[in-house]
Amino acid sequence: MSATTVDQEMPARATRTVPRAGWAVIASKEFGDHVLSARFVVLGLIMAIAAAVPLYFVGAQIRESAEGAKDFPALYIALFWLTPSVNDQFALPSVVGFLALVGPLLGLAFAFDSINGERADGTLPRLLSQPIHRDDVVNGKFAAGLAVITLVLLVMVGGVTAFALIRLGIVPEPAEVFRIVLWLLVTLTYIALWLAFGMLLSVAIRRAATSALVGFGTWLLLTIFGGLIVSLIGGVVAPLTGTAQDQLRSIGIQEGLTRLLPNTLYNEASLTLLNPQVTTISTPATLGQYAQAQQRVASLFSLDQSFLLVWPQIVALVAMMVACFALAYVLFMRQEVRA
Amino acid sequence: MSTSPGRIASKRRQGRRPLAGSAVSAAPSVPAESIRIRTRGLTKRYDDLVAVDHLDFEVHAGEIFGLLGQNGAGKTTTILMLLGLTEPTEGASRVVGLDPSRGPLEVKRRVGYLPDSVGFYTDMTGRENLRYTARLNDLEAGEAEGTIEDVLDQVGLTGRADDKVETYSRGMLQRLGIADALVKDPDVLILDEPTTAIDPLGVAEILELLRGLVRERGMAILLSSHLLNQVQSVCDRIGIFSAGRLIGQGTMAQLAQRFGDGRQELEIVLDAEADAERSRARNVLSAVPGVASVDAGKRPSDAWVLTVAPESEVATVRAAVLAAIASERLPLVSIRAVEPSLEDIYRRAVAGPLGSHQAAAVAGHEEVRR
Repeated sequence: MSATTVDQEMPARATRTVPRAGWAVIASKEFGDHVLSARFVVLGLIMAIAAAVPLYFVGAQIRESAEGAKDFPALYIALFWLTPSVNDQFALPSVVGFLALVGPLLGLAFAFDSINGERADGTLPRLLSQPIHRDDVVNGKFAAGLAVITLVLLVMVGGVTAFALIRLGIVPEPAEVFRIVLWLLVTLTYIALWLAFGMLLSVAIRRAATSALVGFGTWLLLTIFGGLIVSLIGGVVAPLTGTAQDQLRSIGIQEGLTRLLPNTLYNEASLTLLNPQVTTISTPATLGQYAQAQQRVASLFSLDQSFLLVWPQIVALVAMMVACFALAYVLFMRQEVRA
Repeated sequence: MSTSPGRIASKRRQGRRPLAGSAVSAAPSVPAESIRIRTRGLTKRYDDLVAVDHLDFEVHAGEIFGLLGQNGAGKTTTILMLLGLTEPTEGASRVVGLDPSRGPLEVKRRVGYLPDSVGFYTDMTGRENLRYTARLNDLEAGEAEGTIEDVLDQVGLTGRADDKVETYSRGMLQRLGIADALVKDPDVLILDEPTTAIDPLGVAEILELLRGLVRERGMAILLSSHLLNQVQSVCDRIGIFSAGRLIGQGTMAQLAQRFGDGRQELEIVLDAEADAERSRARNVLSAVPGVASVDAGKRPSDAWVLTVAPESEVATVRAAVLAAIASERLPLVSIRAVEPSLEDIYRRAVAGPLGSHQAAAVAGHEEVRR
């Protein structure tokens, strides 16, 4: 029998209001869960250490050479990108460098069990039988993850600023504040990429333990061994042989390869946005450009110039994040409610 | 019967609706307004497996309809289609007058659902879990608190409501699941295996609760189960599910008639221990016209079972048996006609020509999926 006859036999009754923003309800519940969870405390500690260690050494260095630092441009944001040397041989990563390393952990930790955890607990069918759209679940959980990450980042920047004001007496200038805000957005995108990736894993993989393993394995591979692997491949694909022109082309290819790694993109975007002295991020492609670069007078970039320089990096990061989220979204929408 | 227009039981405190109780047994003549669930040719195929095969059934306001079938018979798939949580391959259904595939939100707003092996957020208390459900249903916070208190009381969890769910037993989770389905004050309740893991006394309470909801609020309840005696004790009508097909539906009496084997049994208890006495009794009872066979049981204390055929003659045969016992002075303790149990009906229905042909295939598929 067709649908129309079913309708005729059974008239619909008056409708009742249906909640409009199911995702917001889910997001607020998830946000509360995250903030009160043990993993939030652990990650908060890791992030605090990641910021405090380089900051401590940078601060010491700046105070030592207080006179020399007088003419230094944009001293406040330099706190984020300066790589402090502990002694003559050893230099620590900067705050940005640490963040590039542990930021992904933050993203993964709040997403790797977001969907398969609900599945394992048997709460997913119950949740989906409430009057919400199915995508409210992924959207709400992603929004909650973003909110937690934003919170952590804001606290971190606040801490650094307080340190700068109180211990070093550095007052951020308006231009620096704009740079910090832009950099925060880029950092958020970078961590959100890992959040979306974690969510993708939690949709695709049934067991939370497996998705955690795959997630942290990928993180280890990309952030720690990534550069190594890429330079290995680069050396094979584009060896540094032949004329100077050939070598420059090979370097260009190798650079392109490293930009497949999200942490490379993030590092480049961060350093350019935070440091007005960075006016170029790519090796010159031809000998002519190389000669030009040698003759260039050192100058400072304005914010929009810096922004334009790393626009491709930012777009690539956003694209990667959107791709991961879209894949997780589509996969979740097509999955059966029952395992 | 009275069927007031519009939403009848929209607010718990707005009085009880008059119940269409009289219509329950007279399924074909039920007016359209009281139909809460209706399916027409509802079908779900997974690749080459037909999980649900052209399903036609109705559930009315004020009745409990039991879907009976073994695991993997397609009960849960049917329920998921009714909630719009999975798309039917073919056919259509209407739940509270709406198409679950096209307007799932409104359907889910008005249908309470207890999933098979329900789960809760274990680090939250029972009450907090219900609060979350209330918020997802957009209930106003103040009103929700009262409703939550009510439903917790109804399922008997008030005392443990503020303990974390991780401390709950399986049976308590099941009760909380029923409370959870009731929080949104539904018109229709769909319960997937509601009584598994609940102890026998708890089961009686839950079944009484369900009957009360039907009686007082005119709710329509669809429950699936493989526990035959519970289905028999609580359901007004029963649909027997086998390999994705509904091979029979109706009241117990209708099912007994349809799947009866034309026999009925009389159970007789005799106070006869001696072998001579027993063999004399056997001869007397076998001689009564209409008695097809006599089973004296294995031990002397067992009740004797007389099989009567055809079943329509059972009253006449019983009178004849009593007359024979009286004239032969057999030591009779009791005699009663044995009502066919749902178990017998179910076994015959599933073993019949409609039931058996796909059961093996489904069982095989289940194995593979695990």
